[in-house]
Amino acid sequence: MENNAFYVALSLLLNFDASLYQIVALSLQVSLLAVLIAAVLGFPLGAAVALWRFPGRGAVIVVLNALMGLPPVVAGLMVYLLLSRAGPLGEWGLLFTPGAMVIAQVVLVLPILAALSRQKVEEMLGEYREQFVSLGMSRARMMPTLLWDARFALLTVLLAGFGRASAEVGAVMMVGGNIDGVTRVMTTAIVLETGKGNLPLALGLGIVLLTLVMLINAAAYLLGELTRRRTG
Amino acid sequence: MKKTLNLVLAGVTTLGLAFSAHAEDYITLASTTSTENSGLFDSILPKFKDATGIDVRVVAVGTGQAFEIARRGDADSLLVHDTAGEKRFVENGYATERADVMYNDFVLIGPADDPANISEAESAAEAFAAIAEAEAPFASRGDDSGTNRAELRLWENAGVKPDGDWYRELGSGMGQTLNTAAAMDAYVMSDRATWVAFENPQNLKLLFAGDESMFNQYGSLLLSEEKHPHLKHDLAKQWHHWLISEDGQQAIADFKVDGQQLFFPNAK
Amino acid sequence: MTSLNAPRLASSALLSPPSLSFQGVTYSHEEKVLLGPCSFTLDGIGPTLVMGPNGAGKSLLLRLAHGLLSPSQGRVTWSGDRKPRQAMVFQQPVLLRRSAVANLIHALAVNNVPRRERGKLAFDALDRFGLSACARTPARVLSGGQQQRLALARAWVLSPQVLFLDEPTSALDPAAIKAVEAAVREFHQRGTRIVMTTHDIHQARRLAGDVLFLSGGKVREHTSADAFFNAPVSREAQAFVAGELVE
Repeated sequence: MENNAFYVALSLLLNFDASLYQIVALSLQVSLLAVLIAAVLGFPLGAAVALWRFPGRGAVIVVLNALMGLPPVVAGLMVYLLLSRAGPLGEWGLLFTPGAMVIAQVVLVLPILAALSRQKVEEMLGEYREQFVSLGMSRARMMPTLLWDARFALLTVLLAGFGRASAEVGAVMMVGGNIDGVTRVMTTAIVLETGKGNLPLALGLGIVLLTLVMLINAAAYLLGELTRRRTG
Repeated sequence: MKKTLNLVLAGVTTLGLAFSAHAEDYITLASTTSTENSGLFDSILPKFKDATGIDVRVVAVGTGQAFEIARRGDADSLLVHDTAGEKRFVENGYATERADVMYNDFVLIGPADDPANISEAESAAEAFAAIAEAEAPFASRGDDSGTNRAELRLWENAGVKPDGDWYRELGSGMGQTLNTAAAMDAYVMSDRATWVAFENPQNLKLLFAGDESMFNQYGSLLLSEEKHPHLKHDLAKQWHHWLISEDGQQAIADFKVDGQQLFFPNAK
Repeated sequence: MTSLNAPRLASSALLSPPSLSFQGVTYSHEEKVLLGPCSFTLDGIGPTLVMGPNGAGKSLLLRLAHGLLSPSQGRVTWSGDRKPRQAMVFQQPVLLRRSAVANLIHALAVNNVPRRERGKLAFDALDRFGLSACARTPARVLSGGQQQRLALARAWVLSPQVLFLDEPTSALDPAAIKAVEAAVREFHQRGTRIVMTTHDIHQARRLAGDVLFLSGGKVREHTSADAFFNAPVSREAQAFVAGELVE
């Protein structure tokens, strides 16, 4: 019975295991903050690429789309070399802290948010363009209008970004170091328990992670549906 | 809209606070997966903290990567198990002092029916040669870790060049390598600590151990203040000296899994 | 008319209506000339009804006049020092994914109307176009007729000197058509210069002050409504008025 992963997951949750809750809280903090920062940067970036025509625009789109598939461990390595004492931002002393994990996840999530929001905004712009020009709107003025009107599509994009951030292990392992009580998150804890051969616990943690991600998706879905019904 | 913004700001502030809540005295220790996975640190770090008030944050990686982290100045202290590599590290000026801390030993694990019959071997060299001769599947870490380096030395001692389909280089940590070996019924060399704490042995069994050439010496290094003046050398020194002090050595000896001592202090 | 709107109305009504000139304007796409060359001046008080069979270039002409498209050759100019305030109502209204009133407030915001005035202007316009009851309804769940009235209300709050309408009733039922035509008259009475395309000759008879008749991408005739409907000069216009199928 105690070798059953579902049983382990359930007892982890029901016993209010303090270290588990700390790990879950850190996972959420890191990934949510990373997605928030990536959204603040990525949505305007995506909208800007949709709105403006400039030389090299095609290349930018290709690069953004390709970076959506950036392997987490490569993002982790880049951020590691950047934040390492021997690297350009070594002075910040961020390596092996949650801050470094946030940065690495921003690197992973930003291309997803930018590339997908570029697509959504461009679709919407096709529909709105004549009306916008008729209203005398500049491109800069179109940006907030488009981002707000695309809010339901962007919520889905946000969830895709959160999914990637909370599921990846390579980047946070490399720049966080999986330090007990400091930078250990769900995914790195799963790797550690797998390494110890404690497969039921590893899978139990996986089930907890999955449950969490599902809850967040469900909450976002409900929120989206409610506001959609209210504001169209 | 304003309300949303306030909420977001409040959230960011909370997160920021959460991240800075660990601002007390701490050092970052680059060490190996074997020490972390066996549970040694969970046992001795609280004792060190009681004695000094210093937190030790362990980044557990392969020995090769641990050296690299220390070389770049990203860790305050280093505890690894590759004596030759450690001495080179001192010679190259990255560390000023190396001290023996403890040893455990490497053990040969394999399928219970032992197709290469290594449990009968007289020496490590004989056991490794038997595996090669039988061309029985062998799972190697293949990750330039201390264990991996020791394993390669043992093949060399046996006069065998591990090569061929039977020799699988996994490029994984110790635990992952044990998982894989269990799944494919392969021989594998592990440090005793990780093996004893390992919970997924399936059909694997300890088949050979005890040869002196399979002792696994751990060393602590004091990193160079000259190369990396920004490190917390004072705190790192306290850690280094505690490890080789009577208290530290006792703490290591007291760590047991299932009543079995896994690390043997041997500071001079 | 509300008191807040009154100063705007006065300023646009007192000025002589702006006049629009096309000088040798052509519009081509991929080497193919779709419109022109055409030269004409729209002065007088209108409403100007741009008529002609499908594909004659009516919508293109409207978009060139409004500035949504740039001519391949020739010039589009306005009388006076600067372009007049303009708005356009499309065949398929393009509404934001927000409530009806938020659509109007957005239009006011992008035209730099002070924040505290926006709400009142928006609700007054909804009231005028019979949309008060659905102010908070998402614009995109309104009926086709309501959507077009909302588009007209959006144009209304901007107090345009010129209003372009591109086949605004072609997708609507008779009751909705009637409401749109009433709105057009109201704009006209307020002093807004109307330029509207339609393929419905009866609608043109009801609304037109003058008629610009297009076929095959060329302006065939530009006369008063009376002259056009009673004594069209060009062969194409004669056929069109007579109800024949014209290409």
